[in-house]
Amino acid sequence: MAARLPGVSEARRALAAGEQSAVALVDQALARAEAVDGELHCFLQLRPEAAREEAAASDARRAAGSLRGPLDGIPVALKDNIVQAGEPAGCASRILDGYHSPFDASVVERLKAAGAVILGRTNMDEFAMGSSTENSALGPTRNPWQLERAPGGSSGGSAGAVAAGIVPAALGSDTGGSIRQPAAFCGVVGLKPTYGRVSRLGLVAFASSLDQIGPLAHTAEDCALLLDAISGHDPRDSTSIPEPPTCAAGNLVSDLSGRVVGLPREYFVEEGMDPGILGCVRAAVAELEAAGAKTREVSLPHTRYAVAAYYLIATAEASSNLARFDGSRYGRRAEGVHTLTEMYERSRSEGFGAEVKRRILLGTYVLSAGYYDAYYRKAQQVRTLLRRDFEAAFEGCDVIATPTTPEPAFPLGAKSSDPVTMYLSDIFTVSANLAGLPGISLPCGEVEGLPVGLQLLGRPLDDVPLLGVADAFQRRTRHHLAVPEEAAG
Amino acid sequence: MSRAHPDYEVVIGLEVHCQLRTRSKLFSSAAVSYGDPPNHHTTPVCLALPGALPVLNAEAVELAVRAGLAANCSIQPHSVFARKNYFYPDLPKGYQISQWEEPLCLAGWLDIQVGEAAPRRIGITRIHMEEDAGKSLHDQSATETHVDLNRAGVPLVEIVSEPDLRSPEEAGAYLRKLRAILRTVGASDADMEKGQLRCDANISLRRHGEKQLGTRTELKNLNSFRFVEQALHAEIERQAELLDEGGEVQQATLGYDSARDRSFVMRTKENADDYRYFPDPDLIPLVISQQRIEEIRASLPELPEARCARFQREYGLAARDAGLLSESRALAKLFEGAVRATPGGDLAKSIAKWLLRDVVAALKERDATLEDARLTGQALAELVAMVEAGRVTANNAHRLVPELLFEGGDPEALVRERGLAALSDEASLAPLVDEVLAANPEAVASYAGGDKKSLNFLMGQVMKRSQGKADPAKVREILARKLGG
Amino acid sequence: MSHISREEVLHISRLARLRLSEEEVLAMTRDLGAILSYVEQLQAVDTSEVVPTAHALPLPTPLRRDEPTGELDAELALANAPARRGTAFAVPKVLGGEEEG
Repeated sequence: MAARLPGVSEARRALAAGEQSAVALVDQALARAEAVDGELHCFLQLRPEAAREEAAASDARRAAGSLRGPLDGIPVALKDNIVQAGEPAGCASRILDGYHSPFDASVVERLKAAGAVILGRTNMDEFAMGSSTENSALGPTRNPWQLERAPGGSSGGSAGAVAAGIVPAALGSDTGGSIRQPAAFCGVVGLKPTYGRVSRLGLVAFASSLDQIGPLAHTAEDCALLLDAISGHDPRDSTSIPEPPTCAAGNLVSDLSGRVVGLPREYFVEEGMDPGILGCVRAAVAELEAAGAKTREVSLPHTRYAVAAYYLIATAEASSNLARFDGSRYGRRAEGVHTLTEMYERSRSEGFGAEVKRRILLGTYVLSAGYYDAYYRKAQQVRTLLRRDFEAAFEGCDVIATPTTPEPAFPLGAKSSDPVTMYLSDIFTVSANLAGLPGISLPCGEVEGLPVGLQLLGRPLDDVPLLGVADAFQRRTRHHLAVPEEAAG
Repeated sequence: MSRAHPDYEVVIGLEVHCQLRTRSKLFSSAAVSYGDPPNHHTTPVCLALPGALPVLNAEAVELAVRAGLAANCSIQPHSVFARKNYFYPDLPKGYQISQWEEPLCLAGWLDIQVGEAAPRRIGITRIHMEEDAGKSLHDQSATETHVDLNRAGVPLVEIVSEPDLRSPEEAGAYLRKLRAILRTVGASDADMEKGQLRCDANISLRRHGEKQLGTRTELKNLNSFRFVEQALHAEIERQAELLDEGGEVQQATLGYDSARDRSFVMRTKENADDYRYFPDPDLIPLVISQQRIEEIRASLPELPEARCARFQREYGLAARDAGLLSESRALAKLFEGAVRATPGGDLAKSIAKWLLRDVVAALKERDATLEDARLTGQALAELVAMVEAGRVTANNAHRLVPELLFEGGDPEALVRERGLAALSDEASLAPLVDEVLAANPEAVASYAGGDKKSLNFLMGQVMKRSQGKADPAKVREILARKLGG
Repeated sequence: MSHISREEVLHISRLARLRLSEEEVLAMTRDLGAILSYVEQLQAVDTSEVVPTAHALPLPTPLRRDEPTGELDAELALANAPARRGTAFAVPKVLGGEEEG
């Protein structure tokens, strides 16, 4: 069976040592995909010729001594909602059938400038709406750890591709936990940067005030390399913060002495929580203490309102962001339409899946006359209270630790029927999006053979210190080295 | 103020959309263009491609602030862009980026004057920034509409007046004033023919003295000042007739058919969309410091209002003349140039009269503007001075105006070359008078018989014989003396 | 118990230009009702004097120089068009309840 690809740092070392060429890496990735992805369905599209060309160019640069940076020659996958010029961009939806973007997302420009090789596009919940990748119009992705289980969502394809060793790293997007939750379910590291840290230009918008692109990889160090490449102010994104790219790689401070880790009591309740997860997370916290950190209990009193606020704000913004998909200028137009209304209604109804329609309807309702104040405005006010909760908590600690999810990867098909139950699985992740905080999930153990994620949250702009804490943990533990048996090479 | 309708008070409010004079669009870097083939000026932002994001044009903000200051508005230091959500082919995002609860400008006003009536102050409720839609072309196919997004995203300001206008003529005056100030401060070229200034009107009727407003209708797509006034007149008639018959006005959106001078229903209000306004999460609130606002205010050229006041103060002009002169920058410039070129003596009022009467008439006759003209302030001053000094008759000076206007020239030289110098001395005029008296014995007798009007006839004859050069006052004096009456 | 009526579901589906089958109308009425019941708990939160968050982090207003640039070639702009006439997008003629907003 085709071997798993190494992680980013290991691939770098091998390339530098001449043990492997970039072209060979791509070939290995393609072979691996061939071997395992038929079953897993992490990828929606592979671009073998283009990737080999990019890899060959990297090898030539290496030979000429003109490497572009640490990611030169490293294969990377893109979530299907990040556009690349000349390539299809579908957001795992029928409504974008045949659409090819004429421009590169900002992160793609930066990856290319860094010399990375783009292998292909990964599966996701349609328009990033979902927590299992079951809402993809092109079929679900399977969790590499147990094939009848969901990989999480919406970046399930990216998380699975890394977990299955097809690529060393992938980009995903996180609006309410869509990088962190699949990272937890798939046993990889997933980072959602501070809001505005990474440009959203070229990310197909779901909820504009919540979306962020971030890396998924095996280690915090790998994520740091990717963050350095893709972050930094972009004047073409009005919500981009005026900061330069991060300088995280090689600068992660793994000395935890004196650092205070906050444990929010609202996240450590037993009701609704898998006891195995609680156990793994507590053990992880103990590990941080052993590394020199202090812990203290903090409170985020408005936590229980976070999911409600999130769904009101996210769906409202989404209902507006998705209005452009109307069959008129690109994407799929329904056949045989005779009036404009028919074109709109049928193109959208045939092109969007059920979850997308549900959220568009909810969002439309929430903004509609008579309901705006009670729903949308109210939710934005609760959001302010959540931000204040974190500000207060961070006065007494440097980083907050929580479980990423209340349960491990659930079986495919388990959640599809009841929307509220599905939404509640985001309970630990949505607050970071609402408050704009950086958040990372890293593997900290297993429950019944399924990975458990530890989530760390930082103050706004504390992406690098956050990665440092994650890195410190990984230097002392081996959870991130575990690989799924079923997809083992 | 004369009543627009004998039985009803007419209440009119205007919503004007005006294109700002920028080179690129409001949130997209595509060029602002006119008349190019469809979709030749688009970026992913204008096309609303997946992943595209808006970024605000700095110049558009500056021009919008200028427009607001020119309209005497209070510029808000914090304003918010909001999405107005609806579906239409020329609205690619499915929403228009506009401003809703927190617009850029509030509480302005413009003073207008119609005919001889006293100036009236018309309130401006708000001015906000928004992007224009593209164009839907309906008439090129029986089954298809063709969409051109060149115009999608062009920067606009929407200027909303209070319902303070009371007649179609006032509406016309308001629009002309608005256009003048927008051009003066360089915010817009405001050319209605190019669609840079578009006007929608809200109009309702009520009985004189009634406090409550009547049901209003909205007139849309009025694309010339003349059509605005015509359409309003037609709508007043229609509503008045309806009310006279005891009917009720239905709230509706109407278009105006200029060929038939009639309004037609575009849609009734039941079909109005719920726009679901909310602050655009892709954009940051617009914050403008007080200092910046003052900097922009200080950089504005003199506005018509201020100039009008100054003309009255400095040159002693009547309000009406000052107002007319100050509305056009070119006219005002010519006026002041002429006044300053006047050697000693105060000819300001005469210069004003000559400009507003003779020059304007000559321009109108050729359908020309002052920009086409070659008349200098110096030349105008000379001409007026010569008339005042009696060195050329007013009539002959009047005849020289078109030439001076369109070909330029030196009035002194022209008068000399053409022998137009006025005759006002006894020695030149007396023989002419004698000739005329001798040639018209009946008129002389008539005058002696008590018909004083014969004098005018005889005067005319002297003027003719002198080829208009005779000083009328002097001729009258000599005639009277010789006729002995 | 907060629920949404069938009429409201039909109304918002019209606003959103979605055409729902009868099953979908029933399902959406039920699902949206459940979600709205769930979010009703926000009403219990005291938000008097609380300013709504427009953006997670405060930022200065980003502005762009007034320079025409970055235009797409018309053919590229039309490349994904389902229907076109020359360089214009073609859609069915305005009929069936659509009006300019």
